[in-house]
Amino acid sequence: MSDYRIQGATGEWEVVIGLEVHAQVTSAAKLFSGASTEFGAEPNTQVSLIDAAMPGMLPIPNAECIRQAVRTGMALEAQINPWSRFDRKNYFYADLPQGYQISQLYHPIVGEGEIEILLDPKDEASAKRIGIERIHLEQDAGKLMHDQHPSYSYVDLNRCGVALMEIVSKPDMRSPEEAGAYVRKLRAILRYVGSCDGNMEQGSMRADVNVSVRKAGDEFGTRTETKNVNSVRFIMAVIEHEASRQVDVLESGGSIVQETRLWDPDRSETRSLRSKEEAHDYRYFPDPDLLPVELEDAFLQDCRASLPELPDAKRRRYEGALGLPAYNAAVLTAEVETARWFEALLAEVGDAQALRASNWLISDLFGALNRLGKTLETSPVSPSQAAELLKLVADGTLSGTLSKQVFEIMLETGQDPGAIVEERGLKQTSDTGAIEKVIADVMAANADKVAEYRGGKDKLFGFFVGQTMKAMAGKGNPAVVNELLKKALG
Amino acid sequence: MSNVTELGIAAIRDGVRDGSFSAREVAEGFIGAIEGAKALNAFTVETPEHALAAADAADAARASGQLKPLSGVPLGIKDLFATKGVQTTAGSRMLEGFKPVYESTVSGNLFAAGAGMLGKLNMDEFAMGSSNETSAWGPVLSPWRRNDGGNAALTPGGSSGGSASAVAARLAPGVTGTDTGGSIRQPAAFVGITGIKPTYGRCSRWGMVAFASSLDQAGPMAHDVRDCAIMLQAMAGFDPKDSTSLNLPVPNWEAALSGDIRGKRIGIPKEYRIEGVPEEIDRVWEQGIAWLRDAGAEIVEVSLPHTKYALPTYYIIAPAEASSNLARYDGVRYGQRVAPEGGNLQDMYEATRAAGFGKEVKRRIMIGTYVLSAGFYDAYFNQAQKVRALIARDFERVFEEVDLLLTPTAPSAAFGLGEKSNDPIAMYLNDVFAVPASLAGLPAISVPAGLNAQGLPLGLQLIGRALDEQGVLNAALAFEERAGFKARPEAWW
Repeated sequence: MSDYRIQGATGEWEVVIGLEVHAQVTSAAKLFSGASTEFGAEPNTQVSLIDAAMPGMLPIPNAECIRQAVRTGMALEAQINPWSRFDRKNYFYADLPQGYQISQLYHPIVGEGEIEILLDPKDEASAKRIGIERIHLEQDAGKLMHDQHPSYSYVDLNRCGVALMEIVSKPDMRSPEEAGAYVRKLRAILRYVGSCDGNMEQGSMRADVNVSVRKAGDEFGTRTETKNVNSVRFIMAVIEHEASRQVDVLESGGSIVQETRLWDPDRSETRSLRSKEEAHDYRYFPDPDLLPVELEDAFLQDCRASLPELPDAKRRRYEGALGLPAYNAAVLTAEVETARWFEALLAEVGDAQALRASNWLISDLFGALNRLGKTLETSPVSPSQAAELLKLVADGTLSGTLSKQVFEIMLETGQDPGAIVEERGLKQTSDTGAIEKVIADVMAANADKVAEYRGGKDKLFGFFVGQTMKAMAGKGNPAVVNELLKKALG
Repeated sequence: MSNVTELGIAAIRDGVRDGSFSAREVAEGFIGAIEGAKALNAFTVETPEHALAAADAADAARASGQLKPLSGVPLGIKDLFATKGVQTTAGSRMLEGFKPVYESTVSGNLFAAGAGMLGKLNMDEFAMGSSNETSAWGPVLSPWRRNDGGNAALTPGGSSGGSASAVAARLAPGVTGTDTGGSIRQPAAFVGITGIKPTYGRCSRWGMVAFASSLDQAGPMAHDVRDCAIMLQAMAGFDPKDSTSLNLPVPNWEAALSGDIRGKRIGIPKEYRIEGVPEEIDRVWEQGIAWLRDAGAEIVEVSLPHTKYALPTYYIIAPAEASSNLARYDGVRYGQRVAPEGGNLQDMYEATRAAGFGKEVKRRIMIGTYVLSAGFYDAYFNQAQKVRALIARDFERVFEEVDLLLTPTAPSAAFGLGEKSNDPIAMYLNDVFAVPASLAGLPAISVPAGLNAQGLPLGLQLIGRALDEQGVLNAALAFEERAGFKARPEAWW
């Protein structure tokens, strides 16, 4: 349970949060037309006659969008409704050519499900299950452009009709952190499934944030809904701001109005958009242009068979079968790209090397990518190059130090580690003769230290290792160097 | 051939095939007739070039032996069908000047079958009306007049009023109509022609300006049953662009056309005998029953208990769907736009829709908006949906007993322009016999049955089981053979 509380003048307040996440369905074509969904095209170049709501045009459901919603529902362990229906949500706006949005109010395609979040990635005990109320499919609207003309607004219908999944949670979250973890986890699952790219900057995922406050044990308070919040950070900020605002209102004797609010990221505050009294009457009714969606068993089986291993299952497998620490397993499975990269690496080095490979990925590779401002997708080092590097370490060709050197060169040049080792002679040497010779030189040059060491100053051993390695430009096999040094120093 | 415009679809098709006349002669004949009939106001756009091009193609096809089912047949197209490059207004100022870049599936099917287009036919605005008086382009006049020596202008009915007048006045051998709650059948009855509304889903709605999506259905209007069968055959068919279109093969209705209905059971629903309907309607109904009995059918009295709820149900569902379907006419992308100086988006919506829509359309949008509103949805729309299901079940039950139903098409003969236009309820009552089949999505035809005392045509309606257009057409043919309806309006226009 979350112990997040707002400290008010009258005591502690609990925050109740529900999220409606709008996730753009990954599909080449729109929900009811064949127009492209590609991001960033010139305005009004991806608009079919249907999207523009020309007279007599009719929507045709895109089976791929339905499949994606079903797969998403399955990934959230949700009830899949074999019979669902599209409704019209009627309102006037210039970005909505039909004058109605085709959505699903009465019979959504997906019913109740669940998402498990971990508040602490190292700790299974921090798990909490957040209920999913429903998922329905609906059309996105177009985009108004107010900066094209001094007195007119322009409209771009490219996005109009693109399929969205509205994923509605239950009011199960109790802190900004839980909401953040929920959105991150939901995003991860959608990306694993491949039903939404989760790109919040491009608007592929955005949330309506429902917040209310109550004293512990009380009924739910009146909620407000803050629309279209487009980052995890903003979602958490909205909750913090809105919860405190509500506590202030309530404690100063006011009451919360059920209303729609907007988040202003420049001022870090929410503002009232319209109250319940001003709310639209959407006049929902079943869309008579469309037949009910009836899902056949074979289709459902095909959807289920197409699901990948999901993050929770993967994390548990990494911890169990691969024996990775909880933290490693959590980090590697948090994003589908990380898991894919790790598994590509693992395929080459073998499961026995899982721990070493995971440590290297999390500390060395992530550290380097962070430093370079890159991601796994833009990484200069591929999983098979990384595997080669790890093998060179495992077979003694490279020492830890040398491997770091080689890795740096790989990052700079994109070369294979084997080639780098060959070209630059960075191979580790275990040639006892050569090492003994260097040791003799080091001891000769530091006769005073040798005497001190032999006089009992054991700590100086490290100094001799360092000097020997330095003289060998780091290429001495540390184990051999250690062994020979011990012998030589007596 | 002295006067090709006297001919129907089958006769023109056969004559062109036999070489009795050329398709061009036919097209020119009708183009001339249209030219001389402006007073009827049946057409909103004339497209002689389209008809002539199709005619020339037909004549060339004949020469090369590649005639299509409707080669050489020029048709009128109701203005509800989007026609590529040709103004399509649905009878509304809202779409004045709108030229679609696409062709409706139904008109496209007809053209692909070799037909040409004589022009676009006037209609009630967005198909909302039963007298053609709601058209933004003025009412269509019926070619018929009462035999009382007066010159009262009569309605051809609606909403397919231009379609009806065009066929009755021999301006086209056949036309498309659309029927949401009687808009093919009532005008057909008013002008003494034949019109069939097929099973919902037989004809694609793609490219047909929507009025009430769950009810709208295209169909042909022509001189006789055979012509309707031929034309419907070309119009119908599965269309993947319309989710509600039926994915079924189209039977060859003309080939199987037969007036032999011996042994068929024909139901006479007692609920269709309603108070206030003129005695002449009952009389012609009795006459129709006698003819069908004469044709060897068994006549059975049946009951459709929910019939009395059909009209109110229809006038909830149709306006509800219309209020949503017509939301797209907002002045933003096409058609009418009225943007008041210095106004905002809301002002533009209000001004555009105030100027673009006529009174009846506004009334129905208001009704539809009301019945879908929070707090009224369950009492009106939802309740109406339930009653609709009961009405459909009435038919299903009755069709276990009988093969067809015979009823009047409309509760009166054609009335005078202006007689009912200020009384919406009286106007809506025109649809009382037509809407039950619409609500149930069943095929129904209106066939001319005779003239009333004032010399005006009266029609009867045959309703069949879903998908049984053949049964409907066959019974209609048997009826037609006995009715021998040959009355014609005298040309005064």
